[in-house]
Amino acid sequence: MNIVVCVKQIPDPETPASQFAVDEAAKRVIPAQGIAPVVNPYDPQATEAALRLKDAAGEGKITVISLGEDSARDAIKHALAMGADEGVLLSDPEFENIDNFQTAVALSRAIEKIGDVDLVLMGRAAADWDMGVAPLGVAEQLGFPCVTIAKSMEADGDTLTVQRVLDDGFQTVEVDLPAVVSISNEFGEPRYPQLRQIMLAAKKTVQVWNADDLELEDDEAGEDNRWLALEALYIPQVESNVEIIEGDSPEEQARNLALKLREAKLI
Amino acid sequence: MPGTLIIAETADGAVAPLSFELLAAARALADQGAGDVSALVAGEESLAQSLIEHGADAVYVCSAGSLDPGSAEAGAGAALAAVEAAGADIVLMGQTSVGRDLGPLMAFRLNTAVAMECLSLAIDGGRLRAVRSCYGGNANAEVTWRGDVQIATLKPKAVDPLAPDASRSGSVTAIDAVGEQRVRVISTEAAEATGIRLEDADVVVSGGRGLGDPSAFEMMEELAGLLGGATGASRAACDLGWYPPSQQVGLTGKTVTPDLYVAVAISGASQHMAGMSGSKNIVAVNRDPDCNMVQVARFAVVEDYKKVVPALIDAIKALD
Repeated sequence: MNIVVCVKQIPDPETPASQFAVDEAAKRVIPAQGIAPVVNPYDPQATEAALRLKDAAGEGKITVISLGEDSARDAIKHALAMGADEGVLLSDPEFENIDNFQTAVALSRAIEKIGDVDLVLMGRAAADWDMGVAPLGVAEQLGFPCVTIAKSMEADGDTLTVQRVLDDGFQTVEVDLPAVVSISNEFGEPRYPQLRQIMLAAKKTVQVWNADDLELEDDEAGEDNRWLALEALYIPQVESNVEIIEGDSPEEQARNLALKLREAKLI
Repeated sequence: MPGTLIIAETADGAVAPLSFELLAAARALADQGAGDVSALVAGEESLAQSLIEHGADAVYVCSAGSLDPGSAEAGAGAALAAVEAAGADIVLMGQTSVGRDLGPLMAFRLNTAVAMECLSLAIDGGRLRAVRSCYGGNANAEVTWRGDVQIATLKPKAVDPLAPDASRSGSVTAIDAVGEQRVRVISTEAAEATGIRLEDADVVVSGGRGLGDPSAFEMMEELAGLLGGATGASRAACDLGWYPPSQQVGLTGKTVTPDLYVAVAISGASQHMAGMSGSKNIVAVNRDPDCNMVQVARFAVVEDYKKVVPALIDAIKALD
């Protein structure tokens, strides 16, 4: 089975809110000093899902793609260290600040360029913009069906049986390959790369494709061609209405809290 | 004539409450010049009455099941036909298992974008402008659409529904179109209800890395038990192996919206806030008065949890 996994590098969602800053004029997040970007938390699970299918089949090839700046190589290397076979970085100045819809178009061109892909796996959403539209977008561009928010899956020939997570339960669906599946955190722990694999991955070359390699039209990439225009980006003013519970001792503070909670009918 | 189409959902044979919130949002847009409000619902024509009472001027009814979770392709066929019939240039749906798939699918088929999980909507210069949360709630983005049709999913509880008005009237039209559905639904099961599920608990007590000690979770469990609630943990605490990953609250864990959320030694990184910021009342126990969790809390005790939580357990017991 020929599998493509799409991964993304994002600002660390564990960044303390106090260190989160926005350049409102440029409508961009200012990277927090000393906090390195990380692989989108759902993406290692997508790589894990690909590796489990490959392990079960005893054959297959996993290509990992990331669209982003040069630092996105780290996300690719992480997937390679987990066991993916090849990496492709989609990098072009025209990709800066594009939206999820443009990203989906670029990813689908890359997948077509790779050719003969049976299955595309992605995290259920990227934790920065938290849209979750790229899996469906890639599927629509490629003409594939899409199954979202998978917690487990099994392949039987050209048919995939997928358990997916709903708001209030679970669903089992079947889909014929080729298809796109987005993977949720319920899929389970991704494997941890071993030192030897990390060293092997470091030696693997990552191909770099730009907008021309993907045969993107001039109006397809570029921040000015976003489908969803970003008019403003700002840190919302959270009106802090916190009532600090005072007291002469921790015991008194605790008693006062208990009384407040009772007064508010919360306990 | 432009207008707004809402995608209604049903639960147990009736229109789901979120659909009334969508109608209220659409009516507010109509007041700003967005045109008439229509609704698409799957199932019986009798469902149309409550949609009209809650604000729809026209209701389109498509075949039962085509707007169920996992049937986005079938639903998109019906929804695109309804957009056409209503002449809508705005489409609203809920941020639900249905909307998460249907919104993007419709957007790509209409060569336009969808803004997911919007907090508020307004008409600005005749076009839709939406506010949505990003970066785990750390930032808000305001967006507009380049394409003709503007699609948005609305975060539940972002808008209050209108009171039903039995004197309202509207048209009801059947939609026969259904899209080709390539994903085959085999079965759908409700989540099992054993014990108090974190997501269903009225009270959640969570601990973070700041506890400094895995055995402190026994204290969290005791407090949660006393309040009839469930115990959660931050990702940092779960990653350290202090508490089971199934109890993780946050972006990569569970999303909870309890009446009371007690955050003990959790600073409030966006990873965690994404899973609990919808809580109705937050209590923070933290030594850092400037941390995010204290700022968003209703009540906060700025003190070492090791002193406060046992005393709180005693104080609550003493109340009864």
